[in-house]
Amino acid sequence: MYKFLLCWRYLRTRWIALVSIISVMLGVATMIVVNSVMSGFVSEMHQRLHGIHSDVVVEARDLNGFCDAQSHMEKIRQVAGEDIEAMTPTVIVPAMLTFRCGSQWISAPVQLIGIDPATQGTVSAFAQYLQHPENRREPTFDLRRGGYDTQDHQGGPAGGSARPAMATAGWEHRERWARSEAFRQALEPPEQTKNPAPDAVAPDPFANLPPTEPAHVFDPAKEQYDGVVLGIAMISRPTDDGKLGFALLPGDDVRITTVTASRRDPKFQSREFTIVDFYESKMSEYDSQLVFVPIGVLQDMRGMVDPSTQDRFVNSIQIKLREGADNHAVRDKLKKSFPAEVYTVLTWQDKQGPLLSAVHMEITILNILLFLIIAVAGFGILAIFLMIVVEKTRDIGILKSLGASRGGVMGIFLGYGLSLGLVGSGAGLVLGLAFVHHINQIADWISRVTDQPLFDPTIYYFYRIPTIVDPATIAWIVLGALGIAVLSSVLPAFRAAMLHPVEALRYE
Amino acid sequence: MSRHAKRNRPDGDRSGKRTTTLETVRPAAPAAIAPRHDAAEIAPIESHRIDGAHARAEVLRATGLFKRYRKGPVEVPVLRGVDLTVRQGELLAVVGQSGSGKSTLLHVLATLDAPDGGEVRFDGRRIDNLPSRERDLLRNRRFGMIFQFYHLLPELNVLENVLAPLMIAESMPGYFLRRRGYRRQATEILELVGLAHRLKHKPRELSGGEMQRTAIARALVTRPELLLADEPTGNLDGETGREILEMLRGLNQEQNLTIVMVTHDKEIARGADRIIRLVDGRVESE
Repeated sequence: MYKFLLCWRYLRTRWIALVSIISVMLGVATMIVVNSVMSGFVSEMHQRLHGIHSDVVVEARDLNGFCDAQSHMEKIRQVAGEDIEAMTPTVIVPAMLTFRCGSQWISAPVQLIGIDPATQGTVSAFAQYLQHPENRREPTFDLRRGGYDTQDHQGGPAGGSARPAMATAGWEHRERWARSEAFRQALEPPEQTKNPAPDAVAPDPFANLPPTEPAHVFDPAKEQYDGVVLGIAMISRPTDDGKLGFALLPGDDVRITTVTASRRDPKFQSREFTIVDFYESKMSEYDSQLVFVPIGVLQDMRGMVDPSTQDRFVNSIQIKLREGADNHAVRDKLKKSFPAEVYTVLTWQDKQGPLLSAVHMEITILNILLFLIIAVAGFGILAIFLMIVVEKTRDIGILKSLGASRGGVMGIFLGYGLSLGLVGSGAGLVLGLAFVHHINQIADWISRVTDQPLFDPTIYYFYRIPTIVDPATIAWIVLGALGIAVLSSVLPAFRAAMLHPVEALRYE
Repeated sequence: MSRHAKRNRPDGDRSGKRTTTLETVRPAAPAAIAPRHDAAEIAPIESHRIDGAHARAEVLRATGLFKRYRKGPVEVPVLRGVDLTVRQGELLAVVGQSGSGKSTLLHVLATLDAPDGGEVRFDGRRIDNLPSRERDLLRNRRFGMIFQFYHLLPELNVLENVLAPLMIAESMPGYFLRRRGYRRQATEILELVGLAHRLKHKPRELSGGEMQRTAIARALVTRPELLLADEPTGNLDGETGREILEMLRGLNQEQNLTIVMVTHDKEIARGADRIIRLVDGRVESE
């Protein structure tokens, strides 16, 4: 009983010991904050990485792919049928995107992905990242008439950035653009027209020639080219007032250039596309590189059609697995039946393997370093405890003369260490959780004070710092801190227990 | 002999010896103190006790006590064959110059220190070579100690200091269950030493005499059979010292408490029943 009373009294009267546990508190708080932010970040990243990649992908090593997607899909179903929920064939090729921004022409390298809009949504979260609510429900490559989000729909409670320009996007934008274009061409001499799009509007110098076929006159105000979904970062950037400004809007046309699939003599092939929507996964790597077009259009454009059989070529098949299926096991099964010389089979984690493992290593190293902080705090406790034992030598002698056993005296100091650990890690727990809870306000405040954006949404594409508080992690952190506090009080407690009562009583 | 009988007998013995005075000074002895005899370790000691009803039974006997301290390469003998007998109910004073080994003698008698030679018997049983756990119990339950520098715990108030031996004796739940009885017991003893108005004061707020009286209350709260006092007046002025001595004298006479008091002050020693003079680690005269 006296152990608890004395522990309690020492805790209340020895402020120096409380100083020693500030480092325990800070260590615990930092570990909680770092782990919460890191796991929030990892989970957000997983979600976004997984958003574009399906669970498992069977890819051809050859860019020009393999013939007959249907038979490949059947084979996949034979091998791992019970785990498969959906599949879709895609064509992924490098390409160049060309568009006009004001008076400038801009070209950018992109990853061109031919998808089947009907089935793409079944294998990945592609549709979730589109800007038109109808497209999110049912993606299409047809231009919509208005209704695009003017506010980031993934902004969460913070609201995200405003996109006022998107209010006019769609057919309205296209019609207005077509009108002004027609007006401009009416003013300018035809030979100076460099605008590649509406050739038909120009006065036809061959009008007096006998028509070979009834010329189809393309009217940009009423028609669109094949639809394209652009990554949002290619044509937008945040303006100074925090809104998102756009160089192009859905309804504008772009030119995409890629190479034909000819094995002997690949040629450049360009085509006009009309932007129908933007893709915003908030992974800047994807948002600035991915361009989606209908798979059939891409196959035609590249000549990925067997002229004799009309079989179409694809170069990857994306597979979505059933809930709970082990994608690595499926990958290994598929690897056995698809020869490695021709195909690669990858899970989405494999595709982003280096990134994910780098982040995990970062977490591990941070945890080790931060735990060392707590270990250092342990030495602080050790030093201060040794001092307290020296200071309390006479009290220890008194307790022994009153019949306290060695175990009892040891218990006082072990209990004292434990209660310091409890106070320290408890305060650290509260501090850490409060910090995590208000992390965005704190980040905003630091940004304001230092005039430096701490967490730049243009880089991370998160409006909020994502956090996940994992109770098991926190339990480990707190237990670790308690363990260190108790361990570092073992030596002083042992010294106290071993003091000779007479010498302790004589101690001045 | 059943466990029940064994547990009760020592209590019966003691009250038999002390009936007349004990009940008047400490009315209605709290039942709460009884459980301290539960401890199995204590039982063998108690069963060895001399059952004699005669007043001057031998309580403590030291034979040929030898003790030396090592100071660097030199061994300094402090006790060189001390023989000593303490009888039931007497107030024995041990006097000697400083350095004559009287404090060491007291520490050895109290089992705080082990002698290098000789033996100490308490109630006929050898106690100097007991395992540390049993010595702890002995000090806690059957000996009371007071010191020249009072040795109160500075973090605890007067009442808590007096309760400390009971807290040490009890487990946490045990203490918690019986804490009312213990508090009453401690308060009564503090009333006895005249400190009822100081219960919540910290030791540093007390005068020397008050601190020593607190120490006496602490020594008595477990109702020891033997009180060992190490220069109890050594740090007090003459007047207060005499008051403390009066108090010890009174306890000795009214409660028949056996007291061994070490002092260098012949004046103080004169109040004792018997004086032992210690010179150079030997008993010179009785």
